[in-house]
Amino acid sequence: MANIVGYRRPREGTQPPHLHPAYRSSIKRAPQKPLVYLPHTLSEITGPLFGPEASNVKACDLTRQHSGEPLGERIIVSGRVLDEDGRSIPHMLIEIWQANAAGRYLHKQDQHDAPLDPNFAGSGHTLSDAEGRYRFVTVKPGAYPWKNHHNAWRPAHIHFSIFGPAFATRVVTQMYFPGDALLPFDPIFNCTADEEARNRLISLFDWETTIPEQALGYRFDIILNGREATPMESNHGGKR
Amino acid sequence: MSLPAATSQTVGPFFSIGFTWQNVDHLAPAGVSGERVKIVGCVLDGDGQPVPDGIVEIWQANSHGKYAHPEDTQEKPFEKGFTGYGRVPTDEEGRFSFTTIKPGPAPGPDGPGGEKTLQAPHIVVSVFMRGLLRRLVTRIYFPDEPANTSDFALNKVDPSRRNTLIAKRIDSGSGSLQWDVILQGPNETVFFDV
Repeated sequence: MANIVGYRRPREGTQPPHLHPAYRSSIKRAPQKPLVYLPHTLSEITGPLFGPEASNVKACDLTRQHSGEPLGERIIVSGRVLDEDGRSIPHMLIEIWQANAAGRYLHKQDQHDAPLDPNFAGSGHTLSDAEGRYRFVTVKPGAYPWKNHHNAWRPAHIHFSIFGPAFATRVVTQMYFPGDALLPFDPIFNCTADEEARNRLISLFDWETTIPEQALGYRFDIILNGREATPMESNHGGKR
Repeated sequence: MSLPAATSQTVGPFFSIGFTWQNVDHLAPAGVSGERVKIVGCVLDGDGQPVPDGIVEIWQANSHGKYAHPEDTQEKPFEKGFTGYGRVPTDEEGRFSFTTIKPGPAPGPDGPGGEKTLQAPHIVVSVFMRGLLRRLVTRIYFPDEPANTSDFALNKVDPSRRNTLIAKRIDSGSGSLQWDVILQGPNETVFFDV
């Protein structure tokens, strides 16, 4: 087991700090002591993998999980799971959850005075295919108020959870929508210093995946940590 | 390196609608070899208040110290039915628990002279919750384990804080262990930068 090849650490500024006081809930929950740097071992370069049983037609079409169709603007969210070198990562579990079109989650703690939709549960999952592609059908979530500060509203977003190939690549993020007027005011979206990294959280409207008469398409690629360079890599140059 | 890895965002308060389908609190079905352990714990915030909206994910090797993953090329047996993956939410009192087997020792980094090393048995942990913009990474080690003293990760930690990573035996008969996640304060759990 010699020569463990680790995963790259995030580029400076591209990940949020733990403490971001504008996001009030971070104040009592962010650790205060410095993190202890750990080189990657077999424990970090392995991680849970999920087989084809984790993927089914209903789980990736959130508009077909009930007897009727949900209200709202039907959308297709698709993209690829890639590493930092642009290589596609196949067979990766992607979990999503979101509010309904009125901005209400099907969750007992969500007290927002907006209607639930009996035809929308707001959660799904799928695996990336052999080329790293994934695709969900859903409805565009509504914005909703929260208690972070006076007149606080979350921009419309879909939560994304991806394990990736290793414990080291595990990430949970949120996908936003282009042109959302609430983005400049949202402390969660704005927690990351690097503007380019932040803007990658915004999906792109996409004619190519838009289906006439049916659904608007949004593209959202998910980039996972790349691998450290290794002397072995030249032998695998053909993989690119 | 042309693209930066995705920026982390909080799971928020409503992640259970997305996560529950794949939560696992019993990792070791009958027939899987190894010493059964139940690990119970509590997630506490900076005021010592329980965190009722957290989720704890774990990953571990089997009792032989082998991970169910293609990059583990050790010649050690697989355990059919044991993936090493678990995920448990906290309850209203911030508590979580899972039942598993004590993992065997997995390889550590090579020593200074290139010699092979083993890590002490451990479970790697990700913690997510509302208020955390990115996950916290930590490890669970086992009590009464002689290998802890030579474990490379424990030795990176200030000796006064190592005990935050080592579960405590709460009932010697049942094999139950306690391991808490303390987010702030003098007993703050050690979190790793991986």
